[in-house]
Amino acid sequence: MTQPTGEPRPAAAGPSSPPAVSLHGIDKSFGPVRANRAASLEVARGEIHALVGENGAGKSTLMRVLSGMYAPSAGTVAVNGRDVTGWSTAQAIDAGVGMVHQHFMLVPTLTVAENIVLGREVTSAGQLDRAGAERAVSELSARTGLAVAPHRKVGDLSVGEAQRVEILKTLYRGARILILDEPTAVLSPREVDDLWRVLRQMRQGGDTIVLITHKLDEVMEVSDTVTVMRQGQTVGRVATRLTSPAELARLMVGRDVALTGAGGAPVPVHTVRADARVALEVRELTVADARKAHAVDGVSFAIAPGEILGVAGVEGNGQTELVEAIAGLRAIASGAILLDGHDISRRTVRARSDAGLSHIPEDRQTRGLVLDYSIADNLILGQQHRFARHGALDAARIADNARRQIATFDIRPSDATAPARALSGGNQQKIVIAREMGRDFSVLLAAQPTRGVDVGAIEFIHAQLREASAAGKAVLLVSADLAEILALSDRIAVMYGGRFAAVLPRADATKDVLGAYMTGASGRAA
Amino acid sequence: MSASPTSAPAAAPLGARRARLRAQLEEAVLPPIVALLIAALVGDILILTYGQSPGAVYRLLFEGTWGNAYGLGQVLYKATTLTFTGLSVAIGLRAGLFNIGAESQLAAGGFVAAVVGTLLPPGIPALVVLPLFLLAAAVGGGVVGGAAGVLKSRWGAHEVITTIMLNFIVLALLNYLTVAHFKVFDTLHTAEIRSGALPRLSAVIPAFHGSAANVVILLALIAVAIAWWYLFRSRAGYELRAAGLQPQAAEYGGVHVPGVWWRAMLISGAVAGIGGLNFVLGYKHYYEDGFSTGAGFLGIAVALVGRNNPVGVVLAALLFGTLSQGGLAVNALVPKQMVEVLQAVVIIAVATSVPEVRRLLRGARRSPDA
Repeated sequence: MTQPTGEPRPAAAGPSSPPAVSLHGIDKSFGPVRANRAASLEVARGEIHALVGENGAGKSTLMRVLSGMYAPSAGTVAVNGRDVTGWSTAQAIDAGVGMVHQHFMLVPTLTVAENIVLGREVTSAGQLDRAGAERAVSELSARTGLAVAPHRKVGDLSVGEAQRVEILKTLYRGARILILDEPTAVLSPREVDDLWRVLRQMRQGGDTIVLITHKLDEVMEVSDTVTVMRQGQTVGRVATRLTSPAELARLMVGRDVALTGAGGAPVPVHTVRADARVALEVRELTVADARKAHAVDGVSFAIAPGEILGVAGVEGNGQTELVEAIAGLRAIASGAILLDGHDISRRTVRARSDAGLSHIPEDRQTRGLVLDYSIADNLILGQQHRFARHGALDAARIADNARRQIATFDIRPSDATAPARALSGGNQQKIVIAREMGRDFSVLLAAQPTRGVDVGAIEFIHAQLREASAAGKAVLLVSADLAEILALSDRIAVMYGGRFAAVLPRADATKDVLGAYMTGASGRAA
Repeated sequence: MSASPTSAPAAAPLGARRARLRAQLEEAVLPPIVALLIAALVGDILILTYGQSPGAVYRLLFEGTWGNAYGLGQVLYKATTLTFTGLSVAIGLRAGLFNIGAESQLAAGGFVAAVVGTLLPPGIPALVVLPLFLLAAAVGGGVVGGAAGVLKSRWGAHEVITTIMLNFIVLALLNYLTVAHFKVFDTLHTAEIRSGALPRLSAVIPAFHGSAANVVILLALIAVAIAWWYLFRSRAGYELRAAGLQPQAAEYGGVHVPGVWWRAMLISGAVAGIGGLNFVLGYKHYYEDGFSTGAGFLGIAVALVGRNNPVGVVLAALLFGTLSQGGLAVNALVPKQMVEVLQAVVIIAVATSVPEVRRLLRGARRSPDA
């Protein structure tokens, strides 16, 4: 299946040296699920190699085989020409192979330096040499350009900073082959640019980088070579400069895909609005965070039926608090929230939902789903009172509802009794979408609706949002993905420091203008 | 997965569902069996070091329990109390709460029921006053459990701490009330209840003669059925389990999680409290200080081995009831503490073997695919 493309870029160590990584014929099953089927991967030394594929294509599994977390059922793993099949994570780290996971594995109460040296502490007389650790971290930080203050507590860091700590931790352990699992999912555009700068610098220093992603613009921007996986198999390996996003998308999905969210031309949805009614109105909303600071600071806006208001902004500027306050999950300090003209700001989550408010939460794994519940049970979460009679759940109606939603939203597997935990990220998100959009509602809060889902699912979710808007629903779309905001929104608000720094019509919004507001460079207009 | 997308979904779910059911069953049944084998092995070593033959001791253990009607009756009696305390702990755990207080909730339930019983006029048929006794025992245990629940939902006090402390307070209080106000002279128990005593099983099956087994065992089975329905078929149970698994998702689903906490603790305490009827209504017909010592704590083990499933709780209660009664039976050959050690080994082995067996099963299932 692998298409040999020759050396796409001269490897730093010369053409005769063995590849940094060579995986061949890897099989890996989990129960009845075959995550990898004869998958292969070859990474030259000193290159940035993108590993792309839809959710559930087997990318992470393959990389866990490489980093020693899983032993393959069949196939061989070679690093720098040495057969290391079935090695342990400790052996992998010793050999300079390190993986930075999507979910950070840091101790929030320890400092940056303490986290980085954890497990490899320098001690004197049984005591941690804190000054020495901070010095070592500072040096590493300066050398790689991964700036972060060594004495700060990890719990106080932003997501982007925490990721830098993860990368530093891996490098501190001597990694020369660095695997990054979806590193940009949580980063702002600025932070993404910083990351690319660091990765390019590391490549120059002779390090090898494997980048797991499904964002094709990233692949095009930073990688030298791309390997595409689909359904556990390797379906292609090409030099980046010889391919296009469309070709990669076709390889990933196995068919042609309309690339709206990934940089294609934005589609104006509808321009005429017949009435001036308001579906959702927020007046001077202020929400306090844990530290009593104002996470949301006097925000006002209104959304008309059929309108999509996009909220852009670097994460941590109050978007999460804004959405949760509207949904009823977070107490408000002052202000009012009106749904179809009725004040709902003191109502319970359930009352708001019953009044027609749907909510796609930003974190499906902790909020949107009970992972150990079946698909059918998850499809009634928040509506369980509608599926009960005299206190008893109506099993027939729950099963009926599941059958209908699974068919309509193409949730896979289609077995309603499968636990949500067993599904890929994209299909988990489809459960949430089906539940929140497959019922009567007038206003939808969509927070990061496509985060961590694959190209095919993004396309589907975008189509659903457009359809909802065409059907007269008001949508508040919060996303860290500017392309998504630009592709879907009628108006775009930029959130900065808990306020709306600007609210622009789609026509006036470009990446540059939004970027300026997002970083606080432009003055406040709210 | 790779074949034609039209035919695969139709065939796959059935096979996948059956495979998953089988996997669930294996994961539920194998750990206790492995644990029992390990416990038997440890038991062998202990018996040998004591200079006895394991075969003889195990024969005696069996004969003293399931081998004769009296022994079996005693096993059923003990298992009845353990079913209630096991259900109590399991309901708490399903809501994400670790109720260590079944010990005092059980005693409080028995005490309140006994006191109510002494106030009744004599001669009322048992069936007529049974609801009153159920209510009294549920209130007794429910107040103690509910107090811990309210402390948690209102002030965030951790239920492990509060239920342990409530054990000390409540058991001391019951001891004081019994000794200072309610005891019959020269004993440590209250006066007998005047109505509502329930018949022993020996009234129906004479072979059980002398054993404490009584018709409260039927109440236990009804409680198991109700608990199963409540947890898995009711809307309240759906919300309770969601709150236990993922509080944030439950909150998102419109569930008031602190409300689930105090309700679950109230129910948990009430179920343990009703367990007190086994002694008070079915066996001695009075409250005796210390009647339930250990049964509440053993309920934690029963819930653990029964995997927080009401049906599993019944089986685990029978297992621990057998071991408790068996300890008395083997006393002639080895100290009865040996069986207590075995109980502890079973608990440790189950706690360890649940993840371990799961890992081995996964390994076994992987090889045919490769």
